[in-house]
Amino acid sequence: MKTRNNILTLGALVVFAMLLGLADRTVGNYAMRILNLSAIYIVLALSLNLVNGFTGLFSLGSAGFMAVGAYVSAILTMSPDVKDMNFFLEPLAPWLQGLTLPFGIALIAGGICAALAGLIIGLPVLRLRDDYLGIATLGFSEIIRVVITNLQSWTNGAQGLKSIPKVSTTWVVWGVALLAILFMSRLVHSSYGRQLKAVRDDEIAAEAMGVNVFRVKVVSFTLSAFIAGVGGALLGHMITTIDPKMFSFMLTFNILLIVVLGGSGSITGSVIASIAVTVLMEAMRFLDEPLNFLFLKTDGLPGLRMVVFSVLLMIVVIFRQRGLMGEREFSWEGLARAAGLMPRSKKGGLA
Amino acid sequence: MKLVTHGATMRFGGLVAVSDLKLEIDKDEIVGLIGPNGAGKTTAFNMITGVYEPTEGRVVFEGEDITGKAPHRITKAGIARTFQNIRLFSTMSVVENVMVGSTVQEKPGWFTSVFGLPGARKRAKEAREFAMDLLQETGLAEFADEQATSLPYGKQRRLEIARALASRPSLLLLDEPAAGMNPQESLELMDFIHHIRDRFKLSILLIEHHMQVVMGVCSRMYVLDYGVTIAQGTPDVIRRDPKVIEAYLGVD
Repeated sequence: MKTRNNILTLGALVVFAMLLGLADRTVGNYAMRILNLSAIYIVLALSLNLVNGFTGLFSLGSAGFMAVGAYVSAILTMSPDVKDMNFFLEPLAPWLQGLTLPFGIALIAGGICAALAGLIIGLPVLRLRDDYLGIATLGFSEIIRVVITNLQSWTNGAQGLKSIPKVSTTWVVWGVALLAILFMSRLVHSSYGRQLKAVRDDEIAAEAMGVNVFRVKVVSFTLSAFIAGVGGALLGHMITTIDPKMFSFMLTFNILLIVVLGGSGSITGSVIASIAVTVLMEAMRFLDEPLNFLFLKTDGLPGLRMVVFSVLLMIVVIFRQRGLMGEREFSWEGLARAAGLMPRSKKGGLA
Repeated sequence: MKLVTHGATMRFGGLVAVSDLKLEIDKDEIVGLIGPNGAGKTTAFNMITGVYEPTEGRVVFEGEDITGKAPHRITKAGIARTFQNIRLFSTMSVVENVMVGSTVQEKPGWFTSVFGLPGARKRAKEAREFAMDLLQETGLAEFADEQATSLPYGKQRRLEIARALASRPSLLLLDEPAAGMNPQESLELMDFIHHIRDRFKLSILLIEHHMQVVMGVCSRMYVLDYGVTIAQGTPDVIRRDPKVIEAYLGVD
C-alpha cells in the first residue's frame, strides 16, 4: 500500500515536471510568470498556514518577514556594478558592496535573517493570544517596513532595489515550493506536528501533557518566518525590483486569504488555493477594462475585478466555512474514493 | 510522602480561594478531595499542577519543591491530571491524543522529526506502541483511529485518563472523573481507578461529587468548604463529621 502510494506520488511528480517543462517552452512569458507566481504563493501560504492553521496562532506578520528575506537575498546576489547603480543617494556599506554570493546561499541567508527577525519578534509577542497577537505581529511587520524605508545606506530606502538578477526560474520556484510542501507534510505528520496541533486544540491540556507550549509557539513562528523569508527572496528575484511599499499589509492579506480559502490546517488546501487565487486574479483582469457583454457595458472600471473576486470569496466562505479543504489532506485513497474506484470508508472524505 | 502541600494558599484579589491547604498523599494511596461547589477543589489542583502559583505556602513532590514551576515541568516530574470539563485535542484521533501524553518521554524536536532521524523514529514508534497498550488497558483500543471528540462522554473521560497515563506519572490527579456518568458507569469507574492504581503503581488524588464513588474508592479524604479544610480522615470519620454534614446539608 505504502510503496504503491510512493510510486504513484513519484509518477505524478514526473508527469508534473514534464508538464512544467512543456509549459515553460510553449505558453509564453506572461502565462509562465503567473504560474511561477503561484509557486511562490504556495511557499508563502504554507508559511502562514504553519502558524495560523497548524499552531493556532493568529499572526499577520508575513509581509515583514518576506521583506527581510527579499532585501537580504537581493543585496547578496547583486553585482557590485548594479549596487553602484542602485545606491546613488548614499553608498552601501563597503563590506556589502563587494559581496556577491550564489543565489542558493543568498536564498538561505534571506530565510535565516527572516527567522532571526521572527525569533526576536516572537519571544515577546507570543505571550499574547488571538487578536492581540494579530495586532502585535501586524505592528511589527509595519515596523520592519518603516525601518527598511529609512535605512538608506543598507536598503536604498524608498527608492527600492532595481535590476536584481532574474534567477527565480520555473525550476527554482517550483523546486522550492515542492521542498516546502515536503517539509510541511513531514512536520505536521510527525511527533512535533502533534505538539503543534495540541497547542492549537487546547493550550491548557497541552501544557498539562508536558508540552512546552511557549517553546513550541516560538519554534513554529520562527520556522514560519524562515519559509516566508525564502518566499520573499524568490519573489524579489522573480520580479527583479523590490521596494518597501510592496511589503504592506495588503500582501499579508492576500496570503491570509489563500490560507483561509484553502482551509487553515490543510497543506493541500493551501496549494490549491495558491494556484487558484493567483490564476483567477490574472484571469479576471479583463473585468477592469472596458466591457461589452450583452446588456452589460462599462468604460473600464478599475477595481471591478476585486469586487467580483470578493463576491466569489463570500460564496466560498458561506458554503464552505472551513475553506475548500477544511483540515483534510490529499491522499491517493481519497482520490480513488472520490473517483468511485474504491468503496467509501465509513470515515469518508479525502482524509 | 508522595505529595505534601505546606499551607498552600491561593488569593485572587480579596478572595481567598484556598486557604492554608495541608494535603499529604502517601505512595499508592487513593485520596479524595470533596466539598460543595466553589469550595476551591479545582484551585487546589491548579496549584499542584502549576497552572496557578500559590500566593503562600509550598508544594513538595517526592521531596522536591515544585511550587510555581511551569505545568509542563511538573508533568515531567511525574504528576499528570485530567480536567473537570473534558479537554481532549479535538482534531486528533484517539491514539494521537494519547501520544501527545508521551511528549515528556519522546521529547520530539522539529529537526529530528522532519528529517526522520533514527532516534526520533524509534521514540515515535515506542510512543505509538505505548499509546496502544494504554488504549488496550482502558478498553479504547477499537476506537484508536476515531476522532477523539466523536466518542461517547464516558469513553472521553477514560481517554483523558489514558492520555494522562501516557506521561508515565507517579501521581495522578482526577478532576471529577464520574461527572455525568450513570450509576452503572460510576461503579465501573471505581473498579477502573483501583485497577490503574495497581497496574501503574500510582498515587491518586481525586475530586468527586458522587459520594458513592469517593467513599468506595478512597482510603482517606479531605473536605473543603470556602477554601478551608474543614475535615479529614477515613470515609467513616467523614460521614459522621458534623461540620461536613452542615456544609453539605445545612443546619437550621
